[in-house]
Amino acid sequence: MLTVKNLDVKVGRKEILSDFSFDFQKGKIYAIMGPNGSGKSTLAYALSGHPLYKITKGEIFLKGKNITDETADKRANAGIFLSFQNPLSLGGVRAYQLLQMAMEKKKSALETRELADKFAQELKISSDLLKRSLNEGASGGEKKKMEVLQAAVLNKDLQIFDEVDTGVDVDALKTIANFLHKHKNGKTYIVITHYNRILHYLKPDEVLIMINGKLKKVGNARLAEKIEKEGYAAITDES
Amino acid sequence: MRQSQTNLDFEYRFGFSMPQNYVFKAQKGLSREIVEQISYFKGEPHWMLQFRLKAYDIFLKKTVPTWGADLSKINFADIYYYIKPTKEQVSSWSDLPKEIKETYDRIGVPEAEKKFLAGVSAQYESEVVYESISRELNKQGVIFCDMDTGLRKYPEIVKEYFGTLIPPTDNKFAALNSAVWSGGSFVYVPKGVHVNLPLQAYFRINSERFGQFERTLIIAEEGSYVHYVEGCTAPIYTSESLHAAVVEIFVKKNARVRYTTVQNWSTNVYNLVTKRARADQAAIMEWVDCNIGSRVTMKYPSVYLYGEGARGEVLSIAFAGKNQHQDAGAKMLHFAPNTSSRIISKSISKAGGRTSYRGLVQVFPGAKNSKVYVSCDALILDKASRSDTYPSMRIKENETAIQHEATVEKLGDEKLFYLTSRGIKKPDAESLLVNGFIDPVAREIPLEYSIELNRLINLEMSGSVG
Repeated sequence: MLTVKNLDVKVGRKEILSDFSFDFQKGKIYAIMGPNGSGKSTLAYALSGHPLYKITKGEIFLKGKNITDETADKRANAGIFLSFQNPLSLGGVRAYQLLQMAMEKKKSALETRELADKFAQELKISSDLLKRSLNEGASGGEKKKMEVLQAAVLNKDLQIFDEVDTGVDVDALKTIANFLHKHKNGKTYIVITHYNRILHYLKPDEVLIMINGKLKKVGNARLAEKIEKEGYAAITDES
Repeated sequence: MRQSQTNLDFEYRFGFSMPQNYVFKAQKGLSREIVEQISYFKGEPHWMLQFRLKAYDIFLKKTVPTWGADLSKINFADIYYYIKPTKEQVSSWSDLPKEIKETYDRIGVPEAEKKFLAGVSAQYESEVVYESISRELNKQGVIFCDMDTGLRKYPEIVKEYFGTLIPPTDNKFAALNSAVWSGGSFVYVPKGVHVNLPLQAYFRINSERFGQFERTLIIAEEGSYVHYVEGCTAPIYTSESLHAAVVEIFVKKNARVRYTTVQNWSTNVYNLVTKRARADQAAIMEWVDCNIGSRVTMKYPSVYLYGEGARGEVLSIAFAGKNQHQDAGAKMLHFAPNTSSRIISKSISKAGGRTSYRGLVQVFPGAKNSKVYVSCDALILDKASRSDTYPSMRIKENETAIQHEATVEKLGDEKLFYLTSRGIKKPDAESLLVNGFIDPVAREIPLEYSIELNRLINLEMSGSVG
């Protein structure tokens, strides 16, 4: 699905990610864990094509196609979705509008609207949120749910969730995780997280540990449990 | 939204002009004789001629203001001050000359009329040639006609109000308008009458080096309501054009007037307009002012809050692209207790364009418990563009609640990335953000105008680079 080769990423002059390589396979769930500042979000931004995250070395292939130099909208249309760690508020831009514009060529405005309403119900958020300016005056949990809702409507093959479990209460976490589980349908998930709890619902096929901008270790679900018990020191000590 | 963008009528934006076929064409430049001639051709009462001549003298004495936008390129000698397009006014659409009808067809007057116009007063050149007032309005006793007709048919009402709120001494362009005014609308709403549909007027400049000096007077008697909508489009010409209008509005006790403008003059026009309203006890005056076009606009709609509990509001949008300077704002003068005012200004500058918010709020002694809210937000789309804020507050009363907010925003990389990461192309993402930015004001505009505004913004944005 997604092959990353020897990726170096700079923000300004600072190199944040170095020599990241990994092969994400179709239909699997990946968890990416690591301490703050280890480069997890940078990886997510670089994969999605954020213009301020410069790829100075390496290549990204999505379904065999080199997308290293593509703009964010082209990558999205090729099949990548990013759920933001800190979803932005967009004054005067309604979620319906955003989704309708993004789905323009695939679904009618009405179909998009109905789909969004259905998912809002599943996520236990009021469809009023879809009519208002995106995320304005919304709670932390509502914002994350709106990201997940967008993921489901846009329905991309590769979905990256950057700390979708941060800032949400236990019930909301359960709702989000069950929703993602229900709508997985053969898609590839990359779940960036600090905590193991979301991984109880979304069993990862592989767990990637990042430290200081590097991919340090790859393991199975048990690795996440170990991290939760012992912290990242266990891993840094190993190397 | 996207659909309307692809279906844009480019001709509309770039303007069009019809062959000229005028009955009378004055010579360029301004003199005492020309002022007399204008009054003579219109068959005006003597007092109006005197008013014009006095205004002409004031115009000569006043200097061009230098505190705002650059007006130094205006050549007053190179402008026609009066053109009369057809011999007689016509009362129905089918009687209109073909070329004028074609011009209106392109703006879409008949369709709009079919939909929900109560009355249309469409201005072609300096004189209103077409006018239809629905029977309903007549039945209610509402007067809606061009200013010239108003003066002819209702001289007493006109004489009582005309030039009392904006005297010729107010500023050079108000003096110029007072001397050479032609056309514009006259609206009179009797006591207690609510005009349910907006009254609309279409404006058009269609002759090179020709200035338009329309004059509008609205009187809303006690407890009445009216919404007046003014929309302008103009063809593009190479030489400068001047539009110096004056709008005076009297809002009596418990009455409410809303005045909406969508201004899209071509980018060679100097748009220098004086707009002022007087609000009596518990009256409400609302200006909704959108400035998209013109080379230079200087316009500061104002409300004089004379009566206790009166409320004034100015909601404005300004868009300045290449070679444009929108110097716009609002003035609120609180003379009485318990008065409140609200100014919301949204400005966008792009491709080297410049927007300035210039506002004045004055609370006079004794205007106790007045409330003032000012919010001006500027969005700057690129490094070449500029935005300035000149807010001025003179508060001479202690018991006043003042709130002032100002933001300057750049079209942020983060917001653009957010939208493009959803698969939306960058120009579309920019349009979405800009339309979102103006949304709080745009939603106050009648639907057909907000759609037009949306299209204009999308078109302006699709031309953006980088």
